[in-house]
Amino acid sequence: MNARRTARGLSLHAVVWLIGAFVVVPLVYAVISGFKSTGELTTNPFGLPEHWKTGNYTGILGDGMFWRQIANSAGIAIGTTCCTVAASAMAAFALARYAFRGRELFYTLFTIGLMFPFAVAVLPLFLLLRNVDLLDNPLGVILPQAAFGLPMTIIILRGFFRTIPAEIEEAAVMDGCGKFRFFWKILLPMARPALGTVSVLAIVASWNNFFLPLLVFNDPKWQTIPVGVQQFQGQYSTDYALVLAYIVLAMVPALAFYAVAERQLIGGLTAGATKG
Amino acid sequence: MPSSVSTLTEERTQDALPVAPPAPARSLLRGLRSWASVAWFLVPALVLFLVFVLAPIAVAVYTGFFKWSGTGPMDDFVGIENYTKLFDDQVFLGDLGHGLYLITLSITVQLPFALFTAVLLNQRLRGRAVYRMLFFAPYILSEVVTAVLFTMIFLPGAGMADHLAGALGLEGLRGKWLSDPSTVMPTLFVVMTWKYFGFHMMLFLAGLQSIPGELLEAASIDGAGVWQRFRHVTLPLLGPTIRISVFLSVIGAIQLFDLVWVMTAGGPNHSSETMAISMFQFGFKRYQVGYASAISVVLFMISLVFSLFYQRYALRRDLSGAVTSGGGR
Repeated sequence: MNARRTARGLSLHAVVWLIGAFVVVPLVYAVISGFKSTGELTTNPFGLPEHWKTGNYTGILGDGMFWRQIANSAGIAIGTTCCTVAASAMAAFALARYAFRGRELFYTLFTIGLMFPFAVAVLPLFLLLRNVDLLDNPLGVILPQAAFGLPMTIIILRGFFRTIPAEIEEAAVMDGCGKFRFFWKILLPMARPALGTVSVLAIVASWNNFFLPLLVFNDPKWQTIPVGVQQFQGQYSTDYALVLAYIVLAMVPALAFYAVAERQLIGGLTAGATKG
Repeated sequence: MPSSVSTLTEERTQDALPVAPPAPARSLLRGLRSWASVAWFLVPALVLFLVFVLAPIAVAVYTGFFKWSGTGPMDDFVGIENYTKLFDDQVFLGDLGHGLYLITLSITVQLPFALFTAVLLNQRLRGRAVYRMLFFAPYILSEVVTAVLFTMIFLPGAGMADHLAGALGLEGLRGKWLSDPSTVMPTLFVVMTWKYFGFHMMLFLAGLQSIPGELLEAASIDGAGVWQRFRHVTLPLLGPTIRISVFLSVIGAIQLFDLVWVMTAGGPNHSSETMAISMFQFGFKRYQVGYASAISVVLFMISLVFSLFYQRYALRRDLSGAVTSGGGR
């Protein structure tokens, strides 16, 4: 009996390790290859580097362009998140706690936004942004991203706002608290966990977006990390080790953010998926 | 709209919102005032949504009826010619085929694999929290980073995959991977699985955790084996989660762009092209904006029709079940 259980445990672990290898090997390959020269990468693809060459990594880190892209991505992510969370919180408040005619119509309007693939809108969006002179302007990425983030954010926030008991609002109103003060001073502080979740989702979506920044930014000084990664690969396409070092460094902020915000991220994604 | 029914149903019971029944004389004034404050709260989101989501889609529909290079006046109205051309276009028909291919493989290979992993990590297993976190990690990376990583891995000659194929005796695959029409789609699918199975695994884990342990216990007391318990208890109760997973896989495959654009740009010779790639090629590289808009519209119609039908016929059954009560954690 005991032996059987041990055997079963061992084979379970073996399978998990196999799946783990599928996930990890590409990542480890990239990290280690970043320490090699491209010549060594061809002759010694799997082993540890003979000389740990740090030049690939330090070279990129010493280049202002990389940091510029990180800063652009961060700024755009923060801008997008502020816009989408602020607009969604207000709308979700109205849709959750006001009784007015047409409320469900508005809510439905936002929820069907979930079915609109970004790819559908991107071409006319580009034409629109060109007409209003928002190309090579961070707002040209922030505003559309915020708009496409609305449906999910509104659905999650409205769900949360509904769980806050009406008695709290009644008590606040009795104490002479207006709708807006209630929203700002009582509801939002109470909704902090939900706001955290939707913010984390918005940040990740913005950080990883590629299609829109690719079209909007011609000027390299605005390029975000995903666009920068693609450009870098094009530029140094024969220096494989250097390209791998670049993507390893580009992964670090996302993975660090994941390590910090893991709970909100997974909770939000699963809740968002099941509610959408 | 079915997508919002989830919240509609629970709503009726708690609809006693804090708007007191007004005295008849003051009701009009009150109504107006409440409308005014509602508007105040709704306007920012509505404006954003109308300008950047709905208007572009309307513009795409309109532009799809013209032959237009993207600059100058749009005055060459061609009716549905763009659409008739589209369904004669071998490249576009290929796009549809590639979409179907990825959808089929996602449902028959990737989702079962994710479910298997979820069941595995739902067991008492040392370090399972670490494994879960690890398997989910690729989902956090952007598609571009993933694409460049695997471009390097599948590089003919120098890439890891070629060395691996050599070591495993799969000489036939060397130098092919992303650069041969016969292997490019399976290779793409492997990359998609690498990136996305962890997300579906997390969904399934959330679903598994909502299955009451007593049910499985009862089944095992009744003499059900491991497989029978899985087949007759776990799987049916996971139905809602599986249907959502399928839904997200299909929508994701329909609009796939970043990953393919960076890895193959649709090549070699259009053999991995997706609808979004064709749209991008025609709209931004070949300046046939009217034609590209028509592709956007078809892409839109496919996702819309699919979503509506799917929600009507597949997700409807779940309305009283786990999906609506919020699922998640």
